[in-house]
Amino acid sequence: MMDKLKQVWRVLAKPSVHYSLGFLTIGGFLAGIIFWGGFNTALEATNTEEFCISCHEMEANVYEELQGTIHFSNRSGVRATCPDCHVPHEWTNKIARKMQASKEVWGKIFGTINTREKFEAKRRELAEHEWARLKANDSLECRNCHNFDYMDFTRQAPRAAEAHSTSLASGEKTCIDCHKGIAHHLPNMTGVKGY
Amino acid sequence: MKTVKQNVVKMAALLALTSSAFLATAADKVIHEDDFATLRGTAITSEPTPPPLKNEVDHKGTFGRAFPTQAPVVPHKVRKYQVNLKVNQCLSCHDRSRIKESKAPMVSVTHYMTRENHFLAQVSPRRYFCTQCHVAQDEAKPLVPNVFIDVDKLLEAAEAKKSAEH
Repeated sequence: MMDKLKQVWRVLAKPSVHYSLGFLTIGGFLAGIIFWGGFNTALEATNTEEFCISCHEMEANVYEELQGTIHFSNRSGVRATCPDCHVPHEWTNKIARKMQASKEVWGKIFGTINTREKFEAKRRELAEHEWARLKANDSLECRNCHNFDYMDFTRQAPRAAEAHSTSLASGEKTCIDCHKGIAHHLPNMTGVKGY
Repeated sequence: MKTVKQNVVKMAALLALTSSAFLATAADKVIHEDDFATLRGTAITSEPTPPPLKNEVDHKGTFGRAFPTQAPVVPHKVRKYQVNLKVNQCLSCHDRSRIKESKAPMVSVTHYMTRENHFLAQVSPRRYFCTQCHVAQDEAKPLVPNVFIDVDKLLEAAEAKKSAEH
């Protein structure tokens, strides 16, 4: 094993015999562009709504529920797609979330939620994952659009203004603490604080 | 001979077509003008375009009650509230355990009682589906005029009549 590694190291450490420096540098540069471009294109392709709902698990359950909500259909026609709320926009966090999502590929292959009944049975658990994630990142995906600094409390209902100007302003609470199930149906909420 | 036969068939077909068209328009007209026959407003043979959904009235204080046992109407939007076996979003503000934080009125104590008037820890299942009685309001034009008179007004009128007689 060690010998093999040493052999590989010798090959890497030795100057190239057959290929010119120009070929190696320019070739490496071009290969880098192709690899990186391809990687990012593939990453972006998996970060679209069409990709999400290409699985019936998503299309028949959560996408169906989203359609009735204000995040899908509203006066002004601005809408949120799946990755807007469920995938961080910043690159490092996005990659971290994408790695976690390999679990979802596992779920797809083994049919963890491939029927309505299975999905309903698992809904609370799946919802809890999302609540925990948004709680941990201080509702980052909400805040990509909803900016606290530009909220006009005078345009809010008195109860909303009260909550936003105290608990939210002090950082004691974050969006997801109160706004659960805004884009999908709620699971069985027995024992959840505030329900 | 053959051409005459063909012509007769053609004539018959034409007659049938025109008469059926005439009958259809006549039928449409009768139903359309007969406002007493239907509240649909359009002929039974056509599918009317539904009116757009109204925006429910949002947070306009509280509405009064027309009689003591009236279920209070909802002074805010409730269209998107989930009320089913899993969760009741109305109760997330109006339940006894929530009113301190939400400052919303608590559901009536009668809602915590069984049919036998025994108190329960939580809202009774028979009172669980709020929107069966409590409905959001809308700036809609009433279909029929409302001739309801408040009982206080009736008593006042009776009192006034009595004093006028004396």
